[in-house]
Amino acid sequence: MSRFGAWWAWAIFIIAALYMLVPLVATFQFSLQQNPTGEAYRYIFNDVKFFAGLGYSFLVAVITIVISLLIIVPTAYWVRLKLPRLRPFIEFMTLLPFVVPPIILVFGLIRSYGRPPLAITSLPHGSDVVLIGAYVVLSFPYMYRAVDAGLASLDVRSLTEAAQSMGSGWPRILLRVIFPNLRVAILSGAFLTLAIVVGEFTIASYLAPWSFAPYLSQLGVFKAWSAAAVSIISFMLTWAAMGILILASRGSAGRVQIAGAR
Amino acid sequence: MSFLTLTNIQKSFGTMVAVEDFNLSATKGEFVSFLGPSGCGKTTTLRMIAGFETPTSGTIVLDGGDITYRPPNKRNIGMVFQSYALFPNMTVAQNVGFGLRVRKRPADQIQKRVTELLELIHLPDKANQFPYQLSGGQQQRVALARALAFEPEVLLLDEPLSALDAKIRVSLRQEIRAIQRQLGITTVYVTHDQEEALSLSDRVVVMSRGRVEQIGTPFEIYNFPATRFVASFVGQLNALPATVVDAGSGRLTVGGQEIRVSARIDAPAGSAMSLALRPEMVSLGEGPEGSNRLAGTVADVDFLGAIVRMRIRLADAVIVALDVFNEPTLKLPAVGSSITISFPADGPLVMAPGSEAGSGTSAAA
Amino acid sequence: MSQTSTPARRRPTFSWLGVVPFLLFTIAFLILPIFFLVVGSFQDSQGNPTLQNYLDLTTEQPATAYKNSIQLSLITAVIGGIFGFLIAVAVILGRLPRAIRSAVMTFSGVASNFAGVPLALAFVFTVGQLGLVTKLLADVFGYHLWRDDFFGGSFSLYSMLGLVLVYLYFQFPLMVLIVAPAIDGLRKEWREAAENMGASSFQYWRHVALPILLPSLLGSMILLFGNAFGAQATAYQLTSGTINIVPLVISAQIRGDVLHNPNLGYALAMGMVLIMAVVILIYGLLQRRSERWLRA
Ligand SMILES: Nc1ncnc2c1ncn2[C@@H]1O[C@H](COP(=O)(O)OP(=O)(O)OP(=O)(O)O)[C@@H](O)[C@H]1O
Ligand SMILES: [Mg+2]
Repeated sequence: MSRFGAWWAWAIFIIAALYMLVPLVATFQFSLQQNPTGEAYRYIFNDVKFFAGLGYSFLVAVITIVISLLIIVPTAYWVRLKLPRLRPFIEFMTLLPFVVPPIILVFGLIRSYGRPPLAITSLPHGSDVVLIGAYVVLSFPYMYRAVDAGLASLDVRSLTEAAQSMGSGWPRILLRVIFPNLRVAILSGAFLTLAIVVGEFTIASYLAPWSFAPYLSQLGVFKAWSAAAVSIISFMLTWAAMGILILASRGSAGRVQIAGAR
Repeated sequence: MSFLTLTNIQKSFGTMVAVEDFNLSATKGEFVSFLGPSGCGKTTTLRMIAGFETPTSGTIVLDGGDITYRPPNKRNIGMVFQSYALFPNMTVAQNVGFGLRVRKRPADQIQKRVTELLELIHLPDKANQFPYQLSGGQQQRVALARALAFEPEVLLLDEPLSALDAKIRVSLRQEIRAIQRQLGITTVYVTHDQEEALSLSDRVVVMSRGRVEQIGTPFEIYNFPATRFVASFVGQLNALPATVVDAGSGRLTVGGQEIRVSARIDAPAGSAMSLALRPEMVSLGEGPEGSNRLAGTVADVDFLGAIVRMRIRLADAVIVALDVFNEPTLKLPAVGSSITISFPADGPLVMAPGSEAGSGTSAAA
Repeated sequence: MSQTSTPARRRPTFSWLGVVPFLLFTIAFLILPIFFLVVGSFQDSQGNPTLQNYLDLTTEQPATAYKNSIQLSLITAVIGGIFGFLIAVAVILGRLPRAIRSAVMTFSGVASNFAGVPLALAFVFTVGQLGLVTKLLADVFGYHLWRDDFFGGSFSLYSMLGLVLVYLYFQFPLMVLIVAPAIDGLRKEWREAAENMGASSFQYWRHVALPILLPSLLGSMILLFGNAFGAQATAYQLTSGTINIVPLVISAQIRGDVLHNPNLGYALAMGMVLIMAVVILIYGLLQRRSERWLRA
């Protein structure tokens, strides 16, 4: 009964910590091995394709987040306020992306939109559109959950009625009343989407081979040291996004998400 | 013959002293209640008896053996938790039989004992239900059966009824008491409900801030409170500011009017005292010959069901609460009207003003 | 609200229009593509309806792919599940300092999302032929991981064993995240009640805690199974797509018709969707079960 915890708890914790940390240490160490030290990082920061890939993925993530929010917030709000009977149906729909792994989704997307009659991907920016569409759909489950939980903690009906009594129309109510009150929910959904989309490989490798994860994949083949450097950077980006997410949702029970770049 | 003895028990959590100087000896078959306000250390003391906490100092002796440091699973003491704490994965029968199962009793023996106990708590047909299929009152009865099944030497109950609604609370507490009498099991019952403690117990331990204020029968506790805290915590109490006129003859003034009490007064003339007077001691009207009489105006009238509580203003800040039975023939005075009230000379206790925790007037308000 | 409206305002309700954008998006980027695969899976190369594609799933390559995928997912779900459960128990019930608990939970949140290409690379740098651990083993113990005898065989990171090792990196943190609430839900009173009735610590775990946790444990492992089953990026990066598991067969099929029958590819994909649907279904049922228990 020591104050410092049971020995078995420490033992398990240390084994887990080793397993989790050693690969990170090894990667970091590897990234420093190229002569002169730091060359791996120098190469990256002089590589146009690195910034292009990261920038593209980041942009795609931001667009995805905006579209996803513009769709999910009104939908969740509407379902709570006017269409409670549709709720099980909507929840079922938001479960579907769990059932359809990204590799299947991209398979279907390419077969549907990669050839006539709906050959969208051959239009200018066509594959960007399909890519973002896919990411938006993939973000629905956790966006919906986050926003719906946020709405549950607000009294949507009284807020709405209060706003209406002051003469606001629906768009204004959403923009001025509902959105601000959902800040935490929206932030956590947004940062999760950011972390997932920037690192997504499966779909991106077919629709946008120039984006971040496919770039890193190719780098791993011909410039291992720099790939290690980028892996470390990518890990830190994930940390940053998740860190902000956790800060943002502090107090509210953390929800578990499975999605993204496996 | 003491069966369960707690001697000089003290318990600190860091610098916080939760229980101090606790002494109690209970005889076999006795029903003892711990009564006191929230945070006074009732649960902590009970948990030390159960073995979930170890006293910082002091000893606990059960049936002649020192159990102070014995682990809880070696104590043979049954406990009923406030939140029932039934195992959700087990049926009622499995819950009740758990204590015997971990003691590796044969299955048929367990079965027999479980049936017996389910009869005892009047739930023989619920054996194969799960806890989530039972009401709160039923769950708590199962918890009681479970704590009794392995024939413990002592039964501990920590506010077992506080999660239930008022009606069930009364009937279940009578049931608990009946079962306890039938089995003759030594029982410690924690509550912050004085009515519960007074109606159930052989003896009541009134606690405040980790200390024992008084140990006595319900009759003693109610009628002869040892401290002002007990007087104000148990029952309703008027605490009226009074000035001693003559200690020898028991004369004082209250709100400018003179009264006589038969209680001893240990203070010189002119000193300020506090007069403790239970609302049910006070009656409307002049009362029999020799009563103390006070004149005042009716401040308000409260229907509490079987009784009506009135508050009478004697002087600016001096208000007396009194209870009368609510009978159809009762004529209630109007608020604001002048009125005379009376109480017998042996009714009030005289105490030093503001000596202990808790203000008497607020208890009566 | 509706009662206050006057009869004159009675009109067809268009309130369902509010969910139209959501439905349109879901249809365009999820339902329609899947529908395409479903239809394709029931057609032969001339477009005639057939079940042959599904029957062909039992031929050697698809069957092996399924077998490998299920094996990989099962092993990582069970090992990751048990290990993750132990970690969560250690952190929550092992009286470790509070800071460790929040550090582990936060790290699990990050690690369960740190997968795919960088993860595969990280393991190459760790136990690959030039990896840090490989080198340390050789320098300190004189043991050459890739060359010397490894449990009666030889070690390769680019094998099923390697995949297991790598997948565990995101599996067990996920397990920690999913079971932590269930372990938190174990009430202190249950343990005390058990002890009070004479149960040892072992008996408490055996008869009370584990049975209560069992639905959550199984449910979480099922979710881990699905998590591994659908994963493609990590395996692709690690093995350059050469290992025979369903997601990699499908990615090869997208690039070029490696199955020599496009419609078989669709059936293969549908099989995967079906398995994932079963996974979610079982998870939901188990979840409902433990919620019912804990409501009381
Ligand atoms: N594990 C603990 N650590 C620190 N302080 C504790 C602990 N357990 C109890 N205390 C403190 O000890 C004091 C007595 O607590 P206890 O639970 O015995 O009160 P109680 O009389 O049962 O009150 P209630 O009627 O609210 O249940 C309280 O001030 C409480 O904060
Ligand atoms: Mg208590």
